[in-house]
Amino acid sequence: MKRRNFLTLSAGAAAGAALAACGNEGPGGSESGGGGSASYWSLSGEPGEPYRQAAIDRFNKANPDSKITPTFFQNDAYKQKIKTALGANQAPTLIWGWGGGGLKSYVEAGQVEDLTDFFAKDAALKGKLLPGSFGAATVDGKIYAMPVETVQPIVLYYNKKIFDQVGVSAPQTYGDILDLIPKFNAKGIAPFSLAGQSRWTNMMWLEFMLDRNAGSEVFDNVFAGKPGSWSDPAVLDMLTKVQDLVKANAFQKGFASTAADTNADQALLYTGKAAMMVHGSWSYGIQKANGGKFVPDGGLGWMNFPPIDGGKGDPSNTVGNPGQYLSISSKATAADKETAKKFFSSTLVDDEEKAGWVKSGGVPVIANSESLFTGDDAQFQKDMSAIAAGAKTFAQSWDQALSPTAAEVLLDNIAKLFQLQVSPQQWVDNMNGVIGK
Amino acid sequence: MTTLAPPVVRGQEPTRSRGGRSGSVLVWMVLPAFIMFVFFGIVPLLGVIVLSFATWNGITPEIELTGLTSWKAALTNPGLPNALWVTFLIMALSWLVQTPLSILLGTFMARQSRYRGFLAVFYFIPLLLSSAAIAITYKSLLDPNFGLGAGLGIEALNQDWLGQANLAIATLIFVVSWQFIPFHSLIYQGAVRQIPQSMYEAAQIDGAGRVRQFFNITLPQIKYTIITSSTLMVVGSLTFFDLIWVLTAGGPGDATRALAVQMYQLGFQASLMGPASAIAVILVLVGIGLSLLLRRIGGRADQSQMEGA
Repeated sequence: MKRRNFLTLSAGAAAGAALAACGNEGPGGSESGGGGSASYWSLSGEPGEPYRQAAIDRFNKANPDSKITPTFFQNDAYKQKIKTALGANQAPTLIWGWGGGGLKSYVEAGQVEDLTDFFAKDAALKGKLLPGSFGAATVDGKIYAMPVETVQPIVLYYNKKIFDQVGVSAPQTYGDILDLIPKFNAKGIAPFSLAGQSRWTNMMWLEFMLDRNAGSEVFDNVFAGKPGSWSDPAVLDMLTKVQDLVKANAFQKGFASTAADTNADQALLYTGKAAMMVHGSWSYGIQKANGGKFVPDGGLGWMNFPPIDGGKGDPSNTVGNPGQYLSISSKATAADKETAKKFFSSTLVDDEEKAGWVKSGGVPVIANSESLFTGDDAQFQKDMSAIAAGAKTFAQSWDQALSPTAAEVLLDNIAKLFQLQVSPQQWVDNMNGVIGK
Repeated sequence: MTTLAPPVVRGQEPTRSRGGRSGSVLVWMVLPAFIMFVFFGIVPLLGVIVLSFATWNGITPEIELTGLTSWKAALTNPGLPNALWVTFLIMALSWLVQTPLSILLGTFMARQSRYRGFLAVFYFIPLLLSSAAIAITYKSLLDPNFGLGAGLGIEALNQDWLGQANLAIATLIFVVSWQFIPFHSLIYQGAVRQIPQSMYEAAQIDGAGRVRQFFNITLPQIKYTIITSSTLMVVGSLTFFDLIWVLTAGGPGDATRALAVQMYQLGFQASLMGPASAIAVILVLVGIGLSLLLRRIGGRADQSQMEGA
């Protein structure tokens, strides 16, 4: 009796833990049958999803024999989902991603197809894409992904109506930003909107503050795996400045529980509850789609992150996504791979694709799109294009550039930094511990 | 997922009604559940134990056995003490909040026969909702900028519920209680209704009031139900993941990063499946240990508590 009770109890506890462990099981149904039917996973939501769907519809219509089936996921959930699927050999044929460190881990695991020859044979295709977009698709000199969609620098957005209402002008330097913070707080408006729960949102602040303070060399050293690279005094200075921002209430009340996946951070800006926001260029499309008349009425302003007084960084530098990336699963059948490659060389570089991404408010990775910047979003697109083209360094987002293991430690420490849970020195020590991992 | 965990532990009950009737029929009736349990409980558990002695990033085809490396990494992880502390804090607080309220509600529902059916259904509704749905709803309601407080203009509701360490834990306990009190009330309701009416009549003759009856008859009589319910609460609280993940994602900072959340972040975000599996094994061991401890405290459950009834 006693022993039996022990067994049932232990089994019960085990099942509980095992069930919790299987949290992110795929939905199944992603199996690709024969006859060139490729599955495709990507991100859901505005502004990208309608244009991703449109490209697939176009391809399926033009190629009745082969079929691409898309599934769309939320941004933060997708990052784990795709890894789980790869590990379980349930990966889609077409793997959407951000390139960089994540792609590198797929390559090391032998999960994605080497596309070097594919692009070598089709020079015309390679020529249609912005040359700068291939960097994050390249691992050890070989190309493993096709750059797609848009170039996305991160910029400083501001709500012009709120600036007029408070009677202040757009900041020209970091010092101006510091002066603006108490002015907005006095009016009960949050100076900055920040989706702190998502963590990579906080990271964008660190990326710019470090770059403007010290230039791009510090993170280059981290990326290269040089021991102790975070110990640069500029890093401590930057971290102290970030914590000073938190202490000065630069971010909205409850920023630590605001999640980017619900676009609550964008909503704070376009509803006028916050005056400014540092965010990727894709945010423009979200605000346009969700903000009613805010964007069409000229309520939204933007600029490259301003220089920090006395900082060594080139103020033209920017950070963000040089493109989005589609890889082909190495586990896919030959027919499916052919379908995917056909999709790459035809639909993804056609004029409708280019026009679609322009319409979404973005700057396409397809070259020579400037002539299309004529609609309502022309000014934004011209500015983004200029920032991307004029940047002395277009750095990749840190969490995408580093390995998943190092990125998780980075994001964890960034969240704690913004909670004032770690001091700048502790942050540096923690981060030095995972360099090169 | 966590909502599935409590019923599984109830497997202890059938052992009491063992023997007597035709045993072979019982075996056949147990078989489907047993097969499900082996495939979805035992097999993954064995997999997790193997993985905890391996190094795997989750995406390579090969899994490399590396002995105790992953265990060392998991046990020396600077986040572990905090995760343990948060897990036990959630366990203790959710037990402290849920148990008295569940007993009172259960006793209330067992006596007030006129509304009992209606209220029992009404109270049960939260348990029918998925944890993720509950978490999304509460997250929206509690948002300091767009939530209930801001919408209705009630300043007291307009706190940074999920953005401050202590408040976030308190909010989490509240949501957990809201979700699971109905279930435990139902258990207590059943237990209270099994107490023979003659005991209360005898107590009334002896001049005992309602409060005295509650403490001297109801509470001692539902002793084993309290042990069962506490086991479910305590072991169940180890597996809270979805609720925490959607509400706070373990934040702010690491204020609500319980072991289950730590396990997920290590495994699926940091791609360290070995150390994550080691944490899973720790969770299993802690769960078993706590279940046994509670049984020890409660004495032998198969003893009759009806003596003198």
